[in-house]
Amino acid sequence: MQLKKLAPRRLWILAGYAAAAAALFSAPLFVGDFRLNLLAKFLAFAIVALGLDLIWGYTGILSLGHGIFFGLGAYAMAMYLKLEASGGKPPDFMGWSGLKELPLFWRPFESFGFAVAAGIAIPAVLALVLGYFTFRNRIRGVYFTILTQALVIITTTLLIGQQAYTGGTNGITGYSALLGFSLGSPDTKRALYWITAAALISIFVLCRFLTGSRFGKVLRAIRDGENRVRFIGYDPAIYQMVAFTISAAIAGIAGMLFVLHVGIISPSMLGIVPSIEMVLWVAIGGRGTLIGAALGAILMNWAKSEFSTAYPEGWTLFMGLLFVLVVVFMPKGVAGLAGQLNWRKKRREPRHEGVRNPAV
Amino acid sequence: MRKRLFYQFSLLLVAVGLVLAGCGNDEPASTNEATNAPADSANTGAPAEEGIKVGILHSQSGTMAISEVSVIDAELMAIEEINAAGGVLGKPIVPVLEDGASDWPTFAEKARKLISEDKVATVFGGWTSASRKAMKPVFEELNGLLWYPVQYEGLEASPNIFYTGATTNQQIVPSVTWLLENRGKKFYLLGSDYVFPRTANLIIKEQLKAEGGELVGEEYTPLGHTDYSTIISKIKEAKPDIVYNTLNGDSNVAFFKQLKDAGITAADMTTLSVSVAEEEIRGIGVDVLEGHLAAWNYYQTTDTPTNKTFVDNYKKKYGDDRVTADPIEAGYTAVYLWAAAVEKAGSTDVEKVKEAAKELEWEAPEGKVKIDGETQHLYKTVRIGEVQADGQFKELWNSGEAVKPDPYLKGYDWAASIQPTE
Amino acid sequence: MDVYLLQLFNGLSISSILLLVALGLAITFGLMKVINMAHGELIMIGAYSTYLTQNLFNDYLPAQLFDWYFALAIPVSFGIAFVFGLVMEMSLIRFLYGRPLDSLLATWGVGLVLQQAARSIFGAPNVAVKSPAWLDGGLRIMDGTLLPYKRLFIIALVVVCLLAMYLYIYRSHEGRRMRAVMQNRDMAACLGVSTRRVDAMTFAIGSGIAGIAGCALTLMGPIGPSLGTYYIVDAFMVVVLGGVGKLAGTVLGATGIGMFNTLFEYWTNASLGKVLVFVCIVAFLQWKPMGLVAMRTRSLD
Repeated sequence: MQLKKLAPRRLWILAGYAAAAAALFSAPLFVGDFRLNLLAKFLAFAIVALGLDLIWGYTGILSLGHGIFFGLGAYAMAMYLKLEASGGKPPDFMGWSGLKELPLFWRPFESFGFAVAAGIAIPAVLALVLGYFTFRNRIRGVYFTILTQALVIITTTLLIGQQAYTGGTNGITGYSALLGFSLGSPDTKRALYWITAAALISIFVLCRFLTGSRFGKVLRAIRDGENRVRFIGYDPAIYQMVAFTISAAIAGIAGMLFVLHVGIISPSMLGIVPSIEMVLWVAIGGRGTLIGAALGAILMNWAKSEFSTAYPEGWTLFMGLLFVLVVVFMPKGVAGLAGQLNWRKKRREPRHEGVRNPAV
Repeated sequence: MRKRLFYQFSLLLVAVGLVLAGCGNDEPASTNEATNAPADSANTGAPAEEGIKVGILHSQSGTMAISEVSVIDAELMAIEEINAAGGVLGKPIVPVLEDGASDWPTFAEKARKLISEDKVATVFGGWTSASRKAMKPVFEELNGLLWYPVQYEGLEASPNIFYTGATTNQQIVPSVTWLLENRGKKFYLLGSDYVFPRTANLIIKEQLKAEGGELVGEEYTPLGHTDYSTIISKIKEAKPDIVYNTLNGDSNVAFFKQLKDAGITAADMTTLSVSVAEEEIRGIGVDVLEGHLAAWNYYQTTDTPTNKTFVDNYKKKYGDDRVTADPIEAGYTAVYLWAAAVEKAGSTDVEKVKEAAKELEWEAPEGKVKIDGETQHLYKTVRIGEVQADGQFKELWNSGEAVKPDPYLKGYDWAASIQPTE
Repeated sequence: MDVYLLQLFNGLSISSILLLVALGLAITFGLMKVINMAHGELIMIGAYSTYLTQNLFNDYLPAQLFDWYFALAIPVSFGIAFVFGLVMEMSLIRFLYGRPLDSLLATWGVGLVLQQAARSIFGAPNVAVKSPAWLDGGLRIMDGTLLPYKRLFIIALVVVCLLAMYLYIYRSHEGRRMRAVMQNRDMAACLGVSTRRVDAMTFAIGSGIAGIAGCALTLMGPIGPSLGTYYIVDAFMVVVLGGVGKLAGTVLGATGIGMFNTLFEYWTNASLGKVLVFVCIVAFLQWKPMGLVAMRTRSLD
């Protein structure tokens, strides 16, 4: 990459981003209510993908537990919405679970501010605590990944088992309004869409800033050679912890937005399957590039929605094949492919990586 | 290198092509329906514009597909029969299939899509209570119409849902009374860990207190639990007369297989299940289930003239080895009731159909059913059956007449404490 | 007293099932470092193979032979899963060595495809496998304590599988080559071992054992397209807890999880028992990140 060419390229890229942002914000003018709602949901997913990319694409830690952080954010928002709908009385599911009084930990969620704060803080604190132990104990790679799966099982089983407090398998649904605005009205939906789009763009900019900073450089160094970083004198655990925490907080924000658009959160959204799907969005879009992760989330969900409508009985077959093909033949995802096509003469990758380093 | 790139590029093209193929499919359900039900094309192949679109929203993938796929078959068969007889209001019914994927938010999303994008007249769908609870706010917000075909835990009567399965006073409550009178007083409650078993058991516990039964144990297992050895040990220790089983889906297979291995047969201890029908028996194995009890409103062996034709047609269409069961029948009935209501209303407008459906009667395979105008549930006959060696049920008892639905159990004094808080 | 004895046996039985489910993974994941998320689907393939064998016996052989279908079903399940594993390795896994996390994602896709394929071929509802009459009933050791033959059979089956695997890996030429490749691929290749063949064989054997697990599971539980999803996470936990790459570790891991699971479930309830077991696993891995039996290594990364 020559310095001379950098300036015009950067201009083009900026123009591209501006166009994308403009397209995002003007989408309500072109698509119907249902499609807008879907798109808003995809944007919420794109936010998780950004957070996941930060920790996986840039730091090299694969978390199969981001569904938990996403879900915790979503539950915080859902608790607020449910209390708003029931007017502060114990919600319906507590009634049919035999609970007559609102439990203490539900009370603060009557306040919208508290719910939002909790939706960001709870996932972040959980990630911090988890990261503190795991990263300091140098649990890495596959071990960390499997550990996060164990956490997913713990969280979902607890959520399902404590039906009186959490709504059980049903999750929490049946909301009416947000701060007095009816969730059913098209105006509120449009406003929520814009809020989501704005959130996506701000988080994108934030991630961009983080990855471009010195902090981001250390993260990438950790990804490429954790021990070397340690020998230079950095403590990788702290960087990993911080990245993991930010990533979890971002997932929490996405979860809160998701609930507003979809109108339900249930433990199934925190399970193993959605957690792996989130990773797949990033993998397919292109890990290590923010735009790839975001686009991957939007494209994959769009594809899932369309496939399942077109072939309701066999769509998982297509999705499965798509995952296999992309992972095997496009290891850098869609974004990476574009890059390879552009600079194919300059960048030659080793054709076949052997198992030089099986432990990874 | 170049070759490889070409390869990758062509793959991408294929992928993009697939996505586009999906997107190109938004418009009418014509292509959609052709891929879903090729066998039906002869009857329902009319262009979508001329037909009346209805949504069919069940899980075709994921863990719930084991149960829901057969209900789709029954609903499609009802649609085909109605179309063969001239359709409704002179137009054919065109089914639009969607996959709920055993995932509740997906049910909500697809329900929204069916109502606001496909503009379907009504939706037949759902199985688990969770899927119904997820769809309920969508149908209420958009004023759609949902026909829900499975027995459930009651305490609900949405103005936008018709419940064609049993509520608690048409299945659980009478079966508990029957067990107390005929099989013993000591109950052990075993269920999967979700809303239906927990609510059902809440009701049963109140009823046991009021009617002189005794609770000796209560256990919930996570959905998909596959080892029941510890639970069976606990049951052995508690020495109940009756295990009241509200397990769902796959767990039933593991529980009954392992119960038999532990040396407990139907002769030693009564079990009564509320989610084990003919279809489940096929998956569990008759040798394991013979002699165990179930409570439903319909069995394949139920002796009515309509049922004979229904079973014959179902087997003719889907194969001799297939069986009918209560939710399958309820799904089939739902389609006919909706069609009758539309004919009576002269329109597919939700409000008019709801009005016309009040007190509507129909000769269903399970016997005469009537829609209760107030709760939008059906009057249904309660039946307790015993599994026979051929995988069918023998009816041991029935309520004699169709029981009026009472989802909130207002007619039972002991149920006063189980009312919803809202 | 009886109850404790029975629970001890139940714990042992669950351990044996877990071990059987995890054994194949101990090879594909433990030795080859391929995170095979389709392992559960290979188990499902084994279960459906048993179902098919049963149907063949039902349709084409005299009724008195029916009970012996199960004896044939075990090698058939192994064989079919073996072939699936071989095909998977040659067409897909081969490209993913050294990219364990990518292998996770790709095999997840394979799992989806296999599940959907099973649903299309056998239908979405569960199918029934009638267990052979000689496995009905149980061994009465004391008054009231009945040890079901099926559970005893699975324990025996695991022991046999373990023995066979031990002999294969540690006492045969192929096994030596396999260990050589897994320990130092480049060196083994230099010494004339066909690493490609060894890889394919190893993966196929791991898959075949998953098939046997599927066959055994038909005795205890449901046989349906999503059968594999119930066991996959548990299988990974067993391998990771035991220590990746060590057979002894896998045995210990399975016993630990099985025993504690039974104990906790008996004390509390099924949901809480499960949570407690997983909490213990997470806590234990914090303390010993490499698992119960750690492979000694001096390398850093």
